[in-house]
Amino acid sequence: MVAKRIIPCLDVKDGQVVKGINFLGLKEVGDAVEMGKRYSLEGADELVYLDISATREGRKTFAALVERIAEVINIPFTVGGGISTLDDASRLLDAGADKISVNSAAIKDPSLIERVAAKYGSQFIVTAIDARMIDGKWMATTHGGSVPTDRELFSWAKEAQDRGAGEILFTSMDHDGTKAGYPCETYAALCDSLSIPVIASGGAGNVGHIADVLTLGKADAALAASIFHYGEISIPDLKGQLRSQGIEVRL
Amino acid sequence: MIAIIDYKCGNLKSVENALSRLGCEYVLTSDPEVILSASKVILPGVGNAAEAMANLREAGLVDVIKSIRKPVLGICVGMQIMCRDSEEGNCECIGLFDSHVKRFIPTPECKVPHMGWNAIGNLEKKLFKDMKGGQYVYFVHSYYPTLCQDTIATCVHAGQMFSAALKYENFYGTQFHPEKSGDVGEQILRNFLAL
Repeated sequence: MVAKRIIPCLDVKDGQVVKGINFLGLKEVGDAVEMGKRYSLEGADELVYLDISATREGRKTFAALVERIAEVINIPFTVGGGISTLDDASRLLDAGADKISVNSAAIKDPSLIERVAAKYGSQFIVTAIDARMIDGKWMATTHGGSVPTDRELFSWAKEAQDRGAGEILFTSMDHDGTKAGYPCETYAALCDSLSIPVIASGGAGNVGHIADVLTLGKADAALAASIFHYGEISIPDLKGQLRSQGIEVRL
Repeated sequence: MIAIIDYKCGNLKSVENALSRLGCEYVLTSDPEVILSASKVILPGVGNAAEAMANLREAGLVDVIKSIRKPVLGICVGMQIMCRDSEEGNCECIGLFDSHVKRFIPTPECKVPHMGWNAIGNLEKKLFKDMKGGQYVYFVHSYYPTLCQDTIATCVHAGQMFSAALKYENFYGTQFHPEKSGDVGEQILRNFLAL
């Protein structure tokens, strides 16, 4: 059976990993390559690097960083943040990224998913969806959850799958940064409605939360940032505890 | 010198980086002479099997590959096109491995692509020298090579057992990505380079 994946997420600004809460207020937590290498040695199954630079200079720094990451890291890694054209995707592929994740740009122009998948395969494109509950419905949002769109989570995820996305990365903006756990019922319904893997993100505060989203929530992978960055839970401890609860993980 | 066959089929960067980490010298090439004089040959491949075969034919490399007598390692789609045929684009392949490449049928239990780390077993002794069964390697694929007499490692996805690695004479292939499989993958690459 394919193992449940544990994925540390590194938000990168100017080559440094930063962490904020609900995207407000940033704190530098370390060097992007060094942290990635450390997580990989500790047993992370994949890494996600998100470029949160807002400037052109920052974007250039990030592309150079992706090349260095690809040279050093011997596990798969995804890069995201500000990818809006096929050219952006091509540049990151050439730099050595294994996958890219698209978010707002795909909502604006869903054909981006098709174009990237047709050129580089579904395995190369993850569709990230930041959704929050609005009037009883899970609606996709942009700009860190602050701008609602007319896309409903389940139909948008299905559309992304049909257009060629290889994975869905769903973050509940109602739970992100709260450390109060994931909305497991929503994850389970989403996983049942799709044939591609789903990565759960946003809300993990302890091992129990992660165990729940991988079992009750049926998620294929769990992504987290702050609990790893601040050493609240180490990856070997987390995986050891998941294994002891009967969850298949790579040790 | 190790030759990585460049036939315009996806990203070669991760294979290059993996060889660099192991301190190997390599060359990217589609030149038959260079390929035939290399000590080891790697046939990578990402994407679509039918397209990969078409590219290989266009580059005139099908017979060249068949005539290599040094160890060859096909990775992912590179391995699939060394099989008899593939359901992806219903194409005839090179026909070195006695295996057919079939599509995983998606169900709620069987996510497609089969993506992530899965355990391999029934390991042959050369490519997997000093390795125990049950170790995890990284897979990303929607099509799988069936079990056959050339199977040298197996894996199971949602109840479906398939060939995780194949061997016929000097030809080896892995469905998983050793270049992305952490330390276990590096050991497999080292074993191949030591053949």
